[in-house]
Amino acid sequence: MICVSIMSVPKAPRIWQLAERRYRLIGTQCLKCGRVFISPRKICPQCGSRELKDIELPKRGKIYSYTVVRNPPIEREKYGPYIIAIIELENGCKLTAEIVDCSLEEIDIGTEVEAVFRRIGEEDKSGVIYYGCKFRPVN
Amino acid sequence: MRGEVAVIGVGMTKFGEHWDKQLRDLFVEAALEAIEDAQIDLKDIKAMFIGNMGSGLWIEQEHLGPLLADYLGIPGIPSLKIESACASSGMAFRLGVISVAAGLYDIVLVGGVEKTSDVTIGESTHHLASVADREWEALYGSTLPALFALIAKRHMKQYGTTREQLAKVAVKNHKHGYYNPKAQFQKPISIEEVLNSPLVADPLRLLDCSPISDGAAVVIIARSDIAKKFTDTPIYVLGSGVATDTIALHDRDDITTLKSVVLAAREAYKMAKIEPKDINVAEVHDCFTIAEILAYEDLGFAKKGEGGKLIDEGITELGGKIPVNTSGGLKARGHPVGATGIAQIVEIVLQLRNEAGKRQVSNAEIGLTQNMGGSGASCTVHVFGRKR
Repeated sequence: MICVSIMSVPKAPRIWQLAERRYRLIGTQCLKCGRVFISPRKICPQCGSRELKDIELPKRGKIYSYTVVRNPPIEREKYGPYIIAIIELENGCKLTAEIVDCSLEEIDIGTEVEAVFRRIGEEDKSGVIYYGCKFRPVN
Repeated sequence: MRGEVAVIGVGMTKFGEHWDKQLRDLFVEAALEAIEDAQIDLKDIKAMFIGNMGSGLWIEQEHLGPLLADYLGIPGIPSLKIESACASSGMAFRLGVISVAAGLYDIVLVGGVEKTSDVTIGESTHHLASVADREWEALYGSTLPALFALIAKRHMKQYGTTREQLAKVAVKNHKHGYYNPKAQFQKPISIEEVLNSPLVADPLRLLDCSPISDGAAVVIIARSDIAKKFTDTPIYVLGSGVATDTIALHDRDDITTLKSVVLAAREAYKMAKIEPKDINVAEVHDCFTIAEILAYEDLGFAKKGEGGKLIDEGITELGGKIPVNTSGGLKARGHPVGATGIAQIVEIVLQLRNEAGKRQVSNAEIGLTQNMGGSGASCTVHVFGRKR
């Protein structure tokens, strides 16, 4: 169906909008309640404060939960199976990312991980490649 | 709003893979069955609210409100599509009830419809991931099964919920679905079959997951004071609740509690003036087996962490104290995403009318539906009764 090529991957401008944040792992912190988010926000969903600032997030954390995606979406079919985790960074911020450079047996809830800069996906054969952070166990 | 609106007619297509039918065909089929059941004329319908998650994604068709009114032969009436992921038609029901309770319309059609089998599994997986946070979850490779797998892993770690308990949810729902002629799967399965089915997102296996389905479900609702003109057994809407949570799972403090479910249930129970123990039969959102365990806990049927016990003790089976998902649930009845919320209501109405055949819960007076979107970022809960 034609909608696959049109819809299944983000277009270049949408990737550029958040590229720097994805590359450098920049999140936002609420100046009132202290909560930290991976995404840019103007208003804190926890306390309602409008005083948030951008912060560079710690590059280390622990696996909060993880799974293996064995039936990937169409744009990632060639990458499957792969490990997806929620990672709790050292400052308490949680985010979703792929776990790489290890086997499934080497990780568990609580495993210490660190960010690595990697290819996240691409538009198509000739399209824009997009990048961001994945995580690997700290040896 | 308590008791001011009643369901006077229900209809639904069989759920499954309808290769030969289009979305509009499925909707019209379910709508005509509901209209006949309610014994009304098409011209009695004053407005339509249609739950649908992704017609724009799956069949590249938006603007379902006018399209479906047109194909139902009543162009001109107000008609719109409501989207809240997998909770779309539960939300549509809530808005339909509000519109009748507000005195705007006497009779309203509320439906849900989804057509997902025209594309490959990979495409459907992509479309379904749009119910999560596209930028911060799906873009990094997360999928809907993955989100519930992340929850399951934590629930097992924090509370000791077992792999077997998850399997028992699927076994129970398939057992129930066997008695539902509209169910996608009318085939019992064993615990071993669940545990030996292929992994989808560890620890969830194929038979932990609701299927890809097509289908439509429709109910006709009316002002309670005119409902008896159409039926001897109007089923009254006693309570309605709706809530949301953060779109991304990772932004929640504890992913083993779905706050939207807790909040929506609290609102619905308060309006209905009931407690969880008063419920005789429930349809809950078992998109994955772990989701039914969470529903037990977050609806107040069990304490947090003890949902697994309910399934072990058979409390939620037909014949148990609170039979859950007598229709087969999303697992066996099927899960045409935007149609599920209304399909749940169809089942509870049949149960409360004492028309559920071999899966009838005896003396059911009060029933509940819980319809959830995404990884629990939205939820509606409704309470129904035989009496006002």
